[in-house]
Amino acid sequence: MAVPHIPAAIRAVTARIGAAVLVVWGAATCAFLALQLIPGDPVSAIVGSNALVGAEQREEIRHHYGLDRPLALQYGSYLKKLVSGELGDSYQLQQSVSSLLAEQIGATAQLALWSSLVAVVLAAAVTVLTSGRSRWPRRVSTAVELIVVSTPSFWLGIMLLTVFSFRLGWLPVSDSGDARSLVLPVITLALPIAAVLTQVMREGLLGALEQPFSLTARSRGLAEHTVRSHHALRHAALPALTLTGWFTGTLLGGAVVVENVFARSGIGRITLQAVSDRDLPVVQGVVALSAVVFVLVGALVEVLYVVVDPRLRKGTGVAAA
Amino acid sequence: MSVEQAVRAGVPVPAAGRVRRRRVRPGMLAAAVLLGLILLAALAPSLLAGGSPTDTDPVHALQAPGGSHWFGTDQLGRDVFTRVVHGTRYSLAIGAAATGAGVGLAVVWGLAAALSGRFGDAVLMRATDALLALPGLLLALMVVLIAGKGVLGTTIAVAVGTAPGFARVVRAQALVVRRSGYVESAVALGVPRPLIVLRHVLPNTLGPLLVLATVTLGASISTGAALSYLGLGAQPPTPEWGAMLTEGQGFLDQAWWIALFPGLLLVGTVLAVTVVGRHAQARAEGRAAS
Repeated sequence: MAVPHIPAAIRAVTARIGAAVLVVWGAATCAFLALQLIPGDPVSAIVGSNALVGAEQREEIRHHYGLDRPLALQYGSYLKKLVSGELGDSYQLQQSVSSLLAEQIGATAQLALWSSLVAVVLAAAVTVLTSGRSRWPRRVSTAVELIVVSTPSFWLGIMLLTVFSFRLGWLPVSDSGDARSLVLPVITLALPIAAVLTQVMREGLLGALEQPFSLTARSRGLAEHTVRSHHALRHAALPALTLTGWFTGTLLGGAVVVENVFARSGIGRITLQAVSDRDLPVVQGVVALSAVVFVLVGALVEVLYVVVDPRLRKGTGVAAA
Repeated sequence: MSVEQAVRAGVPVPAAGRVRRRRVRPGMLAAAVLLGLILLAALAPSLLAGGSPTDTDPVHALQAPGGSHWFGTDQLGRDVFTRVVHGTRYSLAIGAAATGAGVGLAVVWGLAAALSGRFGDAVLMRATDALLALPGLLLALMVVLIAGKGVLGTTIAVAVGTAPGFARVVRAQALVVRRSGYVESAVALGVPRPLIVLRHVLPNTLGPLLVLATVTLGASISTGAALSYLGLGAQPPTPEWGAMLTEGQGFLDQAWWIALFPGLLLVGTVLAVTVVGRHAQARAEGRAAS
């Protein structure tokens, strides 16, 4: 059985890797082109307001960063470096971009992973609990979701800080290194995501409960809550999985906001800093990094689809692997 | 019809409660009233708050909300209510202008993709893929680098951030319209190609897009305020809500009201716009279905 699947599997995997490389290359190219459009001399961004730098030193700096070479050559060496994971040197921080990102990614990954976990668990719990026959819990939940979705995360963060840190004094105001300082940032990032996930999963769950397999499960004598949490919830997860691209983007974009609200270190913080200082290599590095993360998460989701829905296992390559 | 009956008949039946519609819900009414007030505040702020949003009064700085200052005063003694009301137009204008510009950009982009043959289509759509792979906020930050800080730069940034998503909708819709009977008839009648695009393809592509734009408007307002909060958009002392929040964050321990009210108005605006937008969407889809 497995033998005829292998060519299809290889073809599928190759096509997927090709598409992934294309997306990363496209994003990196967009970043390169976009940053060429920035008005002004990049050397001015490097030297900042240092008036002591003369014309000769400016030329030296220009040569050091390779800014005096033709654009096509700059692009070529940019791509070549990108492939080897080399992202150039920061204009401002006297550090290579790759070591800077490596240094900061831990804090952001911690924030993002905890937030995804909280968001998914919260969304699943609310979906199951409000999917009963009674309409009122659903109505209340829908209204709350709408309000949460409409609440900008920076304001949510500021209000949580006001109440829990300044008024009640339960949690630290800024990053103090211990786990308690992670609580408010995680809630700030997770709540809006959970609200959107709940909206999508509820649609999926209500749809799944009308499917024949739910009737079968009920007729086998399973309790209503078992039907919901074991059978229907899987199907509710499918439409939610299609949101992953949005989800990843929201986490990364949200990290920029949340890290600045709570004065945490991380990728988001250095991104904003780099944009303010016109530190172009750092901006390019962050763009490349987030495109890679997007592609990796996308690949992970492809596998998750098959795990969640057995009907998709034919001819995807995952069954053969 | 019960679930069992539906299964036997093999007909998917919408869940109870989703069938009923077209009755004006109280939530929708509240959103419409709120939206009216917000529009009034944006167009004629002096009607709601007579004073100046930038006049300082250091003697009465950091006063809690009360009779003479409904929303309290900030660190310079400026009336928070007046500032919030006068700030409405910035957030609303940035959101509306950005959405409009985003739609305009997307129409050109999407139509070009749909009408330019396989190669052009592939290039333009892979470009949206690459842009959609970036977080919207990161894309906006990159555009701010190019377009510069300030209200105009922020507006352009939000517009570019929304355009790739819109462009895909335009392209999909344009492909459908291109194959429709009336376009075929126009071609058969010998109507010049640009005229067909302008007269038939464009108007029929715009309908669904406008509904989508209404739903996205709330998010655009929110992103615009976020960029101002991050210090890239409107600068103090402009009474823009995001910028007011940045100022207020420095005084959270003594004057929570400076940060509370601009955010509350922002939530109210996004909420009202979203509810009205979704209502429009539901109506448009209902009409399309019947």
